[in-house]
Amino acid sequence: MAEAQNIPAGSTTAGSIAVAAESTVATRMSAPPSYDVADFPVPHGREEEWRFTPLERLRGLHDGTAVAADGVTVEVTAPDGVVVETVGRDDARIGKAGTPVDRVAAQAFSSFEKASVVSVPRETVLSEPIRIAVHGEGGTAYGHQIVELGAFAEAVVVIDHTGDAVLAANVDYLIGDGAKLTVVSLQDWDEKAVHVAQHNALVGRDASFKSVVVTFGGDVVRLTPQVRYAAPGGESELFGLYFTDRGQHQEHRLFVDHDAPHCKSNAAYKGALQGAGAHAVWIGDVLIRASAVGTDTYEMNRNLVLTDGARVDSVPNLEIETGEIVGAGHASATGRFDDEQLFYLMARGIPETEARRLVVRGFFAELVQKIGLPDVEERLMTKIEAELEASV
Amino acid sequence: MATLEIHDLHVSVEAEAGPREILKGVDLTVKQGETHAIMGPNGSGKSTLAYSLAGHPKYRITGGTVTLDGEDVLAMTVDERARAGVFLAMQYPVEVPGVSVSNFLRTSATAVRGEAPKLRTWVKEVRETMERLQMDPAFAERNLNEGFSGGEKKRHEILQLELLKPSIAILDETDSGLDVDALRVVSEGVNRVRGTGEVGTLLITHYTRILRYIKPDFVHVFAQGRIAESGGAELADKLEEEGYEAYVKGGVTA
Repeated sequence: MAEAQNIPAGSTTAGSIAVAAESTVATRMSAPPSYDVADFPVPHGREEEWRFTPLERLRGLHDGTAVAADGVTVEVTAPDGVVVETVGRDDARIGKAGTPVDRVAAQAFSSFEKASVVSVPRETVLSEPIRIAVHGEGGTAYGHQIVELGAFAEAVVVIDHTGDAVLAANVDYLIGDGAKLTVVSLQDWDEKAVHVAQHNALVGRDASFKSVVVTFGGDVVRLTPQVRYAAPGGESELFGLYFTDRGQHQEHRLFVDHDAPHCKSNAAYKGALQGAGAHAVWIGDVLIRASAVGTDTYEMNRNLVLTDGARVDSVPNLEIETGEIVGAGHASATGRFDDEQLFYLMARGIPETEARRLVVRGFFAELVQKIGLPDVEERLMTKIEAELEASV
Repeated sequence: MATLEIHDLHVSVEAEAGPREILKGVDLTVKQGETHAIMGPNGSGKSTLAYSLAGHPKYRITGGTVTLDGEDVLAMTVDERARAGVFLAMQYPVEVPGVSVSNFLRTSATAVRGEAPKLRTWVKEVRETMERLQMDPAFAERNLNEGFSGGEKKRHEILQLELLKPSIAILDETDSGLDVDALRVVSEGVNRVRGTGEVGTLLITHYTRILRYIKPDFVHVFAQGRIAESGGAELADKLEEEGYEAYVKGGVTA
């Protein structure tokens, strides 16, 4: 077996950025993955997986004191042919896509009562998206959502989080052979919400998975998207956008586990930050195991710091256990508004505020254009406009 | 008639050892319809003059005045200068990812003209101007300056010059890095704008090559932060033969 290589993160620094040299993905977690919350010690904040997260703002999700009450509502709107179910804990599909990797995910897994399952039968190609609306009215909830695509099925799922809640959840994507799943997860919470979730994608043979994670709202949002490949030939694209405002903590922790040969992954997350105490964290772990020959992977994180007082921690981490790969790379950069861009636009008569807007819109537009869903793209650009209205 | 008057202009940049003076008293008047070539060796301050006139924040004005028809240019913000009629074709235009050329051109034209150009005539105007500059129509959908070749960047700068119709055009080494064909196309664009008689042109260049295509009314030799000699087009011929050595050496003792 080839020795694990650890390539430390390379980042440019213009705003505030911390880059850590990491140990391996598995060993730096404080406990191995488990479905049982008891297997994880209560974090104190210095653990590798918790060191960026303000535990005191998690409202007890991390230490067992958050008691489910009043919940959240989950409404599924699906086109004909889709099976929508609510199932008990003993359903065989639960937990199949992945195992909780931290205490809050395990807490959610140990605490949820009913799971929502949306399944698209094999060879069913949907022309309309499935919409899952998760709404909170100040309650505390532990959730479990499963989206299952049979072989060669194709679907788009939009999961929309709104309102105010303290929510810990696991979201499983079971993608059958040759199936194509696009999931857009919008975190459009009110300002007090706390949302911690693990996303588990299990990508079948020659299947493709596209995840678009969009985080605007909430007091603390911490998402842990995980991708594994059940068989060779799978492909995943992980796109993310966040706009972190004053006082918000938004954390995205990706892990792509290349454990099957000839699979691809491409992660691209972009964020803008503004205001004192705005804190964005991006962790991009990619592991290419010895068995994963022919892997092609790239991950990228870009941050645009609009004002003083915002902080970014961006840590891409690529571990390669085989040299027999097509390609592997990562990039991370955090920049302030580029004064040269501003000068160029203003030198063409464009006023400063409009020039700034043009640049921020442009910064996100590249990624938004890759989503491929016009209504979601439009909503995102509108949202970005609104964020900019508030800032400039 | 638009007149740009530069009087005793002193400009510094921040350097590690403290402020360093680059322009040391520049005097120059450019009138609408005139073309002035500013020539000089590397490091003589030619580009500093260009960027100072456009208002780049890196350059600090420490003395002198710049007026456009009596209005104080130095008191204007960068965008105000552009709207007042000052245009700088840049030597190294920056990339702005995600902003398309067409969106940028329209935003810019709207700002400079004070109202959004009518869509139908605008599309036609852009298309025709691009054709004359031998630019592919697909160019308009690309991100601003992103991945543009040197020649494409310069054509794009001249495209803006033609569309924005400034009263004072400053061309900062527009000829650098161009092959002969591109130089000819770009020069033709400049000449179309000059041909209207509505623009005063400040043509900054290191080489005399571009002056075969764009005939200047005046040639100024820049050395050590000021104009060392002024003359007509014949001065360029002299520079072609003799180079800048006389000015570089002379400047030290002057």
